[in-house]
Amino acid sequence: MEVLAAIAVGIVVACSAYLMLTREIIRVILGSLLMGYGINLALFMAGGIKTGGPPVLTGDEVGAVTDPVPQALILTAIVIGLGVFALLLALGYRTYQETDTDDLEELVG
Amino acid sequence: MFLNLHLVVLFPFLLAVLTLVFGRRLGRHLGWALVPFPLACALYLLSLVPRVASGESFSATWNWVPSLGLSFSLHLDGFSLLFALLISGIGALVTLFSIHYLDPDEDFGRFYLYILLFMGAMFGVVLSDNLLALYMFWEITSISSFLLIGFWHEEADSRAGALKSMLVTMAGGLSLLAGIVLMGIAGGSFSIRELADKGALVQGHPYYTAIVVLVLLGAFTKSAQAPFHLWLPGAMAAPTPVSAYLHSATMVKAGIFLTAKMAMILGGTGLWFGLVAGVGMVTMLLGSYLAVQQRDLKGLLAFSTVSQLGFMMAMFGYGTPEAQSAGVFHLLNHALFKGSLFLLVGIIDHQTGTREIDKLSGLRRAMPFTFAMMALSALSMAGVPLLNGFVSKEMILAALLEPPFGHNLFTVALPLLGVAGSVFTTFYSLILAHRLFFGPVTETTPEKPREGSWGLLFSPALLTLLVVVLGIAPGLVEHGIVGSAVSALRGEPVAVHLALWHGFNLPLLMSLSAILLGLILYLWQEPVLAGLRRVSSVRWNVNALYDGLLQFLEVGSDRVTRRMMTGYLRDYLVLILGFTALITGYALARSGIFGFDWRRLALTEISWTEFAVIVAMVVGAITAVVARQRIAVALGVATSGFMVAVLWVLWHAPDLALTQTIVETVSVVPLFLVFAYLPRLRQQPFRPKVEGINVFVSVLLGAVVTGFLLLSYGHQLFPSIGQFFVDNSLPLGGGRNVVNVILVDFRALDTMGEITVLTLVGLAVAALVRSRREPADIDEKKEMSGVMINPLILPAFSRLLFYLILIYTIYIFFRGHHNPGGGFIAGVMAASALIIWALAYERPAAMALVPVEPRRLMGSGLLLVASLGLGAVLFGYPFLTQGFTEIELPWFGRVELATALLFDLGVWLVVIGSIKGIVMELSDGRPIAHETGASHGREESGRS
Repeated sequence: MEVLAAIAVGIVVACSAYLMLTREIIRVILGSLLMGYGINLALFMAGGIKTGGPPVLTGDEVGAVTDPVPQALILTAIVIGLGVFALLLALGYRTYQETDTDDLEELVG
Repeated sequence: MFLNLHLVVLFPFLLAVLTLVFGRRLGRHLGWALVPFPLACALYLLSLVPRVASGESFSATWNWVPSLGLSFSLHLDGFSLLFALLISGIGALVTLFSIHYLDPDEDFGRFYLYILLFMGAMFGVVLSDNLLALYMFWEITSISSFLLIGFWHEEADSRAGALKSMLVTMAGGLSLLAGIVLMGIAGGSFSIRELADKGALVQGHPYYTAIVVLVLLGAFTKSAQAPFHLWLPGAMAAPTPVSAYLHSATMVKAGIFLTAKMAMILGGTGLWFGLVAGVGMVTMLLGSYLAVQQRDLKGLLAFSTVSQLGFMMAMFGYGTPEAQSAGVFHLLNHALFKGSLFLLVGIIDHQTGTREIDKLSGLRRAMPFTFAMMALSALSMAGVPLLNGFVSKEMILAALLEPPFGHNLFTVALPLLGVAGSVFTTFYSLILAHRLFFGPVTETTPEKPREGSWGLLFSPALLTLLVVVLGIAPGLVEHGIVGSAVSALRGEPVAVHLALWHGFNLPLLMSLSAILLGLILYLWQEPVLAGLRRVSSVRWNVNALYDGLLQFLEVGSDRVTRRMMTGYLRDYLVLILGFTALITGYALARSGIFGFDWRRLALTEISWTEFAVIVAMVVGAITAVVARQRIAVALGVATSGFMVAVLWVLWHAPDLALTQTIVETVSVVPLFLVFAYLPRLRQQPFRPKVEGINVFVSVLLGAVVTGFLLLSYGHQLFPSIGQFFVDNSLPLGGGRNVVNVILVDFRALDTMGEITVLTLVGLAVAALVRSRREPADIDEKKEMSGVMINPLILPAFSRLLFYLILIYTIYIFFRGHHNPGGGFIAGVMAASALIIWALAYERPAAMALVPVEPRRLMGSGLLLVASLGLGAVLFGYPFLTQGFTEIELPWFGRVELATALLFDLGVWLVVIGSIKGIVMELSDGRPIAHETGASHGREESGRS
């Protein structure tokens, strides 16, 4: 499981990196979104997969639960990721409006 | 006591602030307002002289950063007292002088601001007992010197001189800091007094050589010792009162001060003696040799100062009681005669409009007082009897003949250097005392020479008076000033004897022969100077080295910048991602990824569901890469995203699953809104090299992430902190959903930072989109109809959906503390309800449902969170402490009535505000000419 998941995350990150290196703004933005997924997964997996139940305490006994710290980190990361994604979209949109191109190689300052 | 030590150091800084506020209004009268302060300091310090002379010393300590060993502790002993007297006494005279010297329309506020900064910092340097505090004040003196040299910043010379002085002294300052830190390690303290008791410990430490070199580099650069003397002549671009104060009497002597003080810890070794005495005497000769060749009066004084500083420096390298007495006394004398000379040159400059030696002659009649004072001060510098310079120079020559470690070739050479330097000293002193004032009356000065006003003459007159008085009766300062300074340096009472007459001995012979030879050279000055200048014109030149180094750095950094900053986003990303991968990969390789024992992995069973989800996620990502249509790219990424959400479910992270699902849904909307405005993807020419690098970097990064994950299963460097939160979530946070309790309670400050970011993003999107929207566009909603799809069934359905979601949102919000849910999730969900409405109806109708502007929503959310945090402070708890109690509510069951709930409400407000703002702004734009050929038919101009 861990090996398969690690390889899968590696592939996702590689794909996202490739997208970020392309020329069209929209692919770069989507690439950064995809990289967010990959890194969130990596963060989560580093804390261990399925080491216990969900980190919600049901009874008075504290049983084994998965590490809540990565989850708290990732939760905010997801919401902020949405914000950043929207910001990048707005930037891309404005850039195209101003420069009439979505090709990053034509945007050399 | 009205004044105390901390006040002496801090008061100038306080005055500086006042100057900043009131300076402009007072103009030149500001000087009159400020003179009393240094004067009061000087009188206060003078009143301490008898007590210090009787062996008393004064200490005061404020703890500052105890954990770093940094305390603001001051200590006044005999040696600091001498310096403090110079700083305050000459400070008062220079302030007085500058009132009359600077033009009435000059910016007095700025001038005195810098002077006060310097004064306070210089007091700090000489009074600090803590070396780190001393270093801080040391650097402030460098900065204020930089500002004062560049006071007339319109002139290129001023700027270049200021920059040079700062680069040289700051480089030395860094070296000093390194030396101080090493000394702290070696001696276990940063207090000068404590270290002085541990001298043997520091000297026996392996760092000793490094400490000596680093500390001395700091001292040598500050005191303009060869080869770092190059900055001092450039500093002459400063107004003359500044040169008199900083660059002859006080700041340049900080290096001497440091050397003398550090000799208590580091001195007494061959290394110390060789370095300090050798550099000092070479500087002495070099400075006087260069001084005679100067054509500018201030240049002459600058090199003369370099030379005299070398003289004093050498004395503290010798370190014998005789040498220290000579050094201390000469330090005082030099401040008097050189301060006077600088001010007098200032008067000549002020009254004639020039400082060029060749243009000035026969000033004797026009400026009789200036002449008299200049002659006395210059002859004192040359070491003529009955003036103070004679006494200390005799003592220096005598001390040079008694080296601390016996005689050898080196110690024989040093007195000879001293005599040779003194010959040139006599030479240039005569230029000052004779050449300017005798001969034909000058006709070539820009202004007709006339005597300076009384205001100008007063300060140099007082200094010259002291030159004469101390020359005739050196015994006046024998015990109280010089004696207590030397005693402080030696840590035991030393009886110092200052006398006018020591009988016919070798030092007297050396002195007289130097004067005689100097006189002969002066009489033959035309051929001598011509010869000297011819030699110097082909000289090896430190200035050339400095210029070369500076140019090399400028050109080099320019080249590197141009190479790195290409302007192509791809290049930056290749560097960032590539280096991340390489460095992490290197670290992984070192920690043994290749020798990794795969069999040791305690693997979890994999279910078919998980396998299918993971495969789908990978397929989605790969689709995004290979797709040639942007909708396919977006769908590929979205597939991956939803699969990640499913993984969160499978891997027991319910909060993440909820959040990710909703975020995925919501983020589709802005994406498709923007799609409407952006062009389609085009077929790009295939570029093997670029593609190759891209693929290589991407694959490398992916491989490193995989390797990192695999390795992380086999290792646990630290015990997880997760268990703490699990154990304490209920007792301390009063919540059962550990993730939510972490967010709103344990790490509430982090969350506060994150919602601030979200607010900023919301505002930034609004600012970006609005930055060019013409008001007319907003009315032209008709163009939007092509973008929004409004099938009939959606509006009918969405009304129901909207209210359902909204109610569910409230439920999610309240259960968040105990069950999956909370402010983040509820906020995104409420926003998604709005978005559905916006898709179904017109945007304005949807936005009218929440009649509050996004920025008000975000602002009130942040305000709520911040006031909660401050509220806790009001009740005496740390910032953002949460309290809780449980109550029964109908329908909801037991509900936590916790401040954490209010905190979550703040989060909710910010989230919904920012998402609403983003969607509203992006959907309000005007679609640009649709994707028909015309707008994309431009030529390919990219790199290929």
